[in-house]
Amino acid sequence: MKIALDLKSWNTRGLIFVGVVMLALLFAGPEVFDLFVLLKVILFVSTAMLALSMGFIWGFGGILCFGQSAFFGIGGYAYAIGVINMGESTVPILLSVLVPAAFAMLLGYFMFYGRLSDIYLAVVTLAVTLIFYAFIRSTSGEEYVIGNARLMGFNGISSIPVFNWPGFPNSPLWPDDIFYVATTLLILVYFGLRILLRSHFGRVVVAIKENETRAEYLGYDVRFYKMIAFSIGAGIAGLAGCLFVSFNNFINPDVFALGLAAQIIMWVLIGGVGTLVGPMLGSLALQMLYNWLGTQTFASFLNTYLVFGAIILIFVLAVPQGLQPTARLLALRFLPFTRPPEEKARGGGDD
Amino acid sequence: MKFTRRSVLKGAGAGLGTAFAASLFPQVSKADDEIVIASLFDQSGGLDIYGTPMTMTCELAVEELNAAGGLNGKKIRLIKYDPQSNMQLYAQYAQEAALKEKVDLVHGAITSASREVIRPILSRYKTLLWYSVIYEGGVCDINNFVSGVGAVQWVKPIAEFGFKHRGPKAYYIGADYNAPQIIGKWLEKFSGDLGGTVLQRDHFPLDVTEFGPAIAKIQEAKPDWLATCLVGAAHMGFYRQWAAAGMLNKIPIVSCTFGVGNEHIQLTPEEANGIVSAQPYFQELELPANKAFVERYHARFGSDAPYLNAVGIGGYLGTMLWAEGVKKAGTHERGPVMDALRSGDIAWDGPAGHMVVDPVTNHTIQDMHVAECQNQSWKIFDSYSQLYPSDVVDRCDLTKTPDMNAHLEPIL
Amino acid sequence: MDTVALLIIEVLNGISSLALTCAGLAIIFGMMRVINFAHGEFMMLGGYTTVVATNAGVNIWISMLILSPLVVGIIGIISERLLIRFFYGRLVDTLIATWGLSLLLIGIVTAIFGNYITGVSAPLGNFALGQYQLSIYRLVLIGLAVLLFVGIYFVFTRTRLGLIARGTMQNPDQAAVLGISPPRVYMITFGIGAALTGLAGGLLAPISQIIPTVGFTYVAQAFITVITGGTGAITGTIVASGIFGTVRQLVTYETTPIIGGVVLLIVAVVLLRLLPQGITGKIFRRSL
Repeated sequence: MKIALDLKSWNTRGLIFVGVVMLALLFAGPEVFDLFVLLKVILFVSTAMLALSMGFIWGFGGILCFGQSAFFGIGGYAYAIGVINMGESTVPILLSVLVPAAFAMLLGYFMFYGRLSDIYLAVVTLAVTLIFYAFIRSTSGEEYVIGNARLMGFNGISSIPVFNWPGFPNSPLWPDDIFYVATTLLILVYFGLRILLRSHFGRVVVAIKENETRAEYLGYDVRFYKMIAFSIGAGIAGLAGCLFVSFNNFINPDVFALGLAAQIIMWVLIGGVGTLVGPMLGSLALQMLYNWLGTQTFASFLNTYLVFGAIILIFVLAVPQGLQPTARLLALRFLPFTRPPEEKARGGGDD
Repeated sequence: MKFTRRSVLKGAGAGLGTAFAASLFPQVSKADDEIVIASLFDQSGGLDIYGTPMTMTCELAVEELNAAGGLNGKKIRLIKYDPQSNMQLYAQYAQEAALKEKVDLVHGAITSASREVIRPILSRYKTLLWYSVIYEGGVCDINNFVSGVGAVQWVKPIAEFGFKHRGPKAYYIGADYNAPQIIGKWLEKFSGDLGGTVLQRDHFPLDVTEFGPAIAKIQEAKPDWLATCLVGAAHMGFYRQWAAAGMLNKIPIVSCTFGVGNEHIQLTPEEANGIVSAQPYFQELELPANKAFVERYHARFGSDAPYLNAVGIGGYLGTMLWAEGVKKAGTHERGPVMDALRSGDIAWDGPAGHMVVDPVTNHTIQDMHVAECQNQSWKIFDSYSQLYPSDVVDRCDLTKTPDMNAHLEPIL
Repeated sequence: MDTVALLIIEVLNGISSLALTCAGLAIIFGMMRVINFAHGEFMMLGGYTTVVATNAGVNIWISMLILSPLVVGIIGIISERLLIRFFYGRLVDTLIATWGLSLLLIGIVTAIFGNYITGVSAPLGNFALGQYQLSIYRLVLIGLAVLLFVGIYFVFTRTRLGLIARGTMQNPDQAAVLGISPPRVYMITFGIGAALTGLAGGLLAPISQIIPTVGFTYVAQAFITVITGGTGAITGTIVASGIFGTVRQLVTYETTPIIGGVVLLIVAVVLLRLLPQGITGKIFRRSL
């Protein structure tokens, strides 16, 4: 029943496969990609990390947060404000994790100890991200300054310094280095989450998702576990925001908008709820689709929205389970060597 | 995706770091038989109303230049990107244009937000940027040429008309971001010189649709006229609700933005007649060059092509001004083109009249026109000749400090 | 004195436009549990119907009150048959399906009408209230919103159709045993929800501008209102609209629209914290 805890061969094989792919990307990346593709991949890495955070709290913690973008944005703004004031990126990177995590702890206390359930939690988190959206957008006046950093409202903050070598503010990282840092962080976060899910804490979190009442009867403080899981997810989203901001050199309130808030959920849905690799693939697929659409010239009766909408609809009707679970089903069906001996006994997917 | 595409620069066995260093100073010698420019205007999403006509006019400019034999004997190839009203895509396409396509010019950005996203990228990768949208002014960057008017050129005619002809008490409402706020401050500054006052400045987020409380507040303040700098579709609800309350004939509106989103066509005559706006370009301009241009535009894109306003025409004006620089330089290399554009000799007569590129600010000296909306069209009744883009000229002189690279806010 | 009267009218305006925005969603999401992300686009389609029909010479009232709900109702039923019905019971999956639908609808409308169109102006003129001038149409809108909700309430509590619909939503198997076809009931209910959304889009067209992407403006506030309303979707939506509309209009009048919007959201968060099942989860519990 507890798929995520299963240490049997198939999962281990899956993990090794993911690890090999990620390490291959890490080491081969700068050799294979030219600068422009490299920059693009760095961005995909940051959105993949955001997707990962949502995949974790939703797929394993059962928390449907409609405002994961809030933590992404807080992390991004924390980094931007920090690095503009300090001129050095090490502490701001930490801030970008800690500030959203702390805020999520507060918000989580407010929500989970208030016993807010599923869809109500979703709407509270959505409202929170929209509050940030409205607030940050209204900060275009000169009076909204934090230290040396003007918030700039709707226009956003631009020319934000990129990461530098810790302790050397005048040695910014070059794109190759940034690529290594970003990919390494993604690998660390992914395997960190995998390890977490195999720990006692992780097991309890998944148990709560599977059956909250039973977990409670067993003596676990459901509210506490959910709050911590939520906070971990927020920290990861914040780190993703930090990567996004640093490599883009800009941030604007759109990071809090409904568009991104909804898209994060789409990534996980497209990739497959209850998996960690799926959401990353989902984010990659959607980002690439956006990119591709913007370079196309359509016949006059077509336009980006029409094509985009049609693709999404065909996808949801054809692949209702999401990418990762579907790919897994296909592999099990047509590639016998992926079939683990104990497969028949199991219901859902892991990796 | 081009995951396997190898860089030309890398092909020579360049190390990891040198690839970046090399691209900092891109080799100009690419396929040398053509000139490549990229357009970066939103053709979908909330900003498509601005970006679609801009892309069309940019395309028309390229076609006309090519039909006339190209520039210095070389054909121009236009790469059209659609950032879909998404800032992240602006960044990605700017990188793609500069690093992958190695274009000679990026003509793009609509909002100041998007311009500030791509401006540092293009200046880092030494790729020329042309910005052709009316805006709040203040860009001071040798790599960025601007053919859109800045706030001073924009506000001066509005303030003079309003305070002289509509009365001393103005009430200002605008969208809630930097440009309308800076414009509001300029209006207040001009009001002092003209013996008027601005009773209040209110700003609205771009998604506000419900203007009842705002209209009540304005009625309470009893201004002589209302200055508006509202932006976007949601804000058009203001004009609709204003007219529905019967205010259109009570408190006249003088606007800086009215018309640039084709508001005058989206609203009915009963809702918009009598609204006054000041723009550097109206499709109705009585210049022979403009009449011929509008004919060519409709011949190319059909009689139902979008009305061309001061924003929409930008794609044409910017491209043509840049082309003047390329012609004068005799090459499309960045350095010589910049020198040519900044020589002070680039003057061009187009649909919007006489335009001169100013080497001090990299902005454009141009005409402004004041017009009244009548039955979904503009009646131009006053014009200002050759206004100077003096927004931040006190702190920005690119002839003296060519390394300056900033978006300055006026100190008022 | 006239300021007080004006403020009351403004508050009622705020409530009525919010309630109109939410009416269809109260049925589609509140009763059927379909997260209709294309809600804003249904409103947009209602707006386009009114605008196109009125500009073609149809009487504006016929366009708004009959054509808009009819056209959007039919589009809703088509969407339900081709798409939504595969997602019943999969709450979150409906989000992505209707997101695709919303993009597709924007794309189709843009392809047909371009990205702007001449709108329609409000009928009926204006009246003076002391030193203020107000639109008569906005007063009529308040009345229409009241009528609409009375109508919905009546249909779902007093008619056979309404009883069948509610019963089927609560227990489709039981309904099927009683000889009712749940798929048909779902289809009709979804159609009614879409029609109400189209009606709202039509009614709000003369006081707003309709462009293909206008739907995004409405969707978040509609969901927040309906969900805060709680399980009794119709009553909840009315009460939540009442609270939010009042708060937003008064705060906006006293301060700025930004603070008005922020306070509205904060009120929503606090309300849900105090009433974790929504307003009707605790108060008006037996309501619809």
